[in-house]
Amino acid sequence: MESQAQIKKLVDEHGRDDLVVVLGASDIEGAEIAAETLTVGDPSFAGPLAGVSLGLPIYHILEPEVKAEVPEDVYEESAGIVSMIVDTDEVARKFKAIRENVKPG
Amino acid sequence: MLKGKKAIVVGERDGVPGPAIARCMLAAGAEIVFMTTECFV
Repeated sequence: MESQAQIKKLVDEHGRDDLVVVLGASDIEGAEIAAETLTVGDPSFAGPLAGVSLGLPIYHILEPEVKAEVPEDVYEESAGIVSMIVDTDEVARKFKAIRENVKPG
Repeated sequence: MLKGKKAIVVGERDGVPGPAIARCMLAAGAEIVFMTTECFV
């Protein structure tokens, strides 16, 4: 909840044009809920982002699209192990769908 | 996609923690404006 408030403040300060969100949850269902919270608003209607559509571009560190932008040695050291136990193609499909469904407005 | 962007990093203890994602973002040319390893939903 505290993070929701801080992220909302960052968007107010910086605008959303230069911001990107990168998640690291290994539980993809949990990552989807976090992604929904930061794009269309808090689905539980409990936090500061209830009813607030930030429309931020959201990525998962395990998406091949993200991996491609990170030097290989840094990526392997930071996320290599987790990327072996998670279906990264599924992560890519789900997050791409989330980004396509949420256009900043 | 990442170079020159301001990154909000939300890591997870059981997945990829915030500092590990932040290292990747910095190496990709992004700036870190927020980082956490807590789950906030």
